[in-house]
Amino acid sequence: MPTTTEKKIKGTVVITVERCKGCGFCVEFCPSKALKLSEQFNSKGYHPPVLISQELCNGCDMCGLLCPDFAIYGIRIK
Amino acid sequence: MDEQILEIEESIPVNPIESFLRTDRMPHIWCPGCGIGTTVNCFTRALETSGLDLNKVSVVSGIGCTGRVAGYLNLDSFHTTHGRPIPFATGLKLANPELKVVVYSGDGDLFAIGGNHFIHAARRNLDMTVICVNNSIYGMTGGQVAPTTPISATASTTPHGNFEQPFNLPYLADSCGAVYVARWTAFHVRHLTKSIKEALAKKGFSFIEILAPCPTLYSRRNKLGDGLDQMIYYKENSEIKHGADTKSVALDFQSKIIVGKFVDRDRPDYLTLMNEHYQKKFGDKYTPYKG
Ligand code: SF4
Ligand code: SF4
Repeated sequence: MPTTTEKKIKGTVVITVERCKGCGFCVEFCPSKALKLSEQFNSKGYHPPVLISQELCNGCDMCGLLCPDFAIYGIRIK
Repeated sequence: MDEQILEIEESIPVNPIESFLRTDRMPHIWCPGCGIGTTVNCFTRALETSGLDLNKVSVVSGIGCTGRVAGYLNLDSFHTTHGRPIPFATGLKLANPELKVVVYSGDGDLFAIGGNHFIHAARRNLDMTVICVNNSIYGMTGGQVAPTTPISATASTTPHGNFEQPFNLPYLADSCGAVYVARWTAFHVRHLTKSIKEALAKKGFSFIEILAPCPTLYSRRNKLGDGLDQMIYYKENSEIKHGADTKSVALDFQSKIIVGKFVDRDRPDYLTLMNEHYQKKFGDKYTPYKG
């Protein structure tokens, strides 16, 4: 993963793949459009989200507030 | 996906909601795209920053999909019978005035089966916070028409559309005397979190209505798409109007949604009134009730 030196707020998400029910709230309302639904399935047959690129995420945790299944949250990283 | 998780594993913080959940009960029963879980995020974030002693917070729910909240929260919580979270919460609060009591339930439970309890708790200004997730339908029992179903919306018991006037919940709470009344949707997560925090800090009867999608029984039957479509609808059709006259915030089928904090006033709560009253009547002979 490339590291940037400029002072941009950076973040990432932690996803509990097996809890996701693929509702798409996190993907639709991420202010940075950093997520997409993965092509892969979890064991219940839902498509969990995946970061398009870590560069896009600012760790605002909007996804974490919206996720009705407690399956994702955003964090700031240094 | 696994790679991304591994990279940050060294300092991986835990999902802020985790300590508030009975994780052995996850995954929960709510459908994909149901908004109830989203409201739980906001509630726990509000609790986290409220400064309240979590050992002194209890959550009471009734029956229904939202009624499950009490069972999923890792707090002192009680899942009561249908429509009766407010009577239970009343007893809990009066016997233990030091507790912060939150009633977390659905529109059917609070306003149909338990409607009578709601109006009296608000009238008496019992010190509690009532959070109502309003999905416009009876979810758990099969999508029957509810006292919150908008006119013309289809439910399993109104296949030709509803013709009954629904409640305007903020107006009802306001006119019964609630000291704090707000409405948000499941889309307004940041506003909602702030609002719950305010309601928790308020002494007296505070009420928050949260509109949330029920994709399985309401949206699908009314051809409104899935949960995400409803959330997009909330985003595009809500207008924030703090202080709006609650008479003017009634909801029609897929109408504009007025959200915001409508009422924030002060009025002595039930126990304060009771103590003041008896002190006036009996003077020193009366020992103020403190639980
Ligand atoms: S933390 Fe914020 S920026 Fe990152 S994925 Fe979640 S919503 Fe998007
Ligand atoms: S909001 Fe949660 S349940 Fe919905 S797609 Fe994203 S991670 Fe999955």
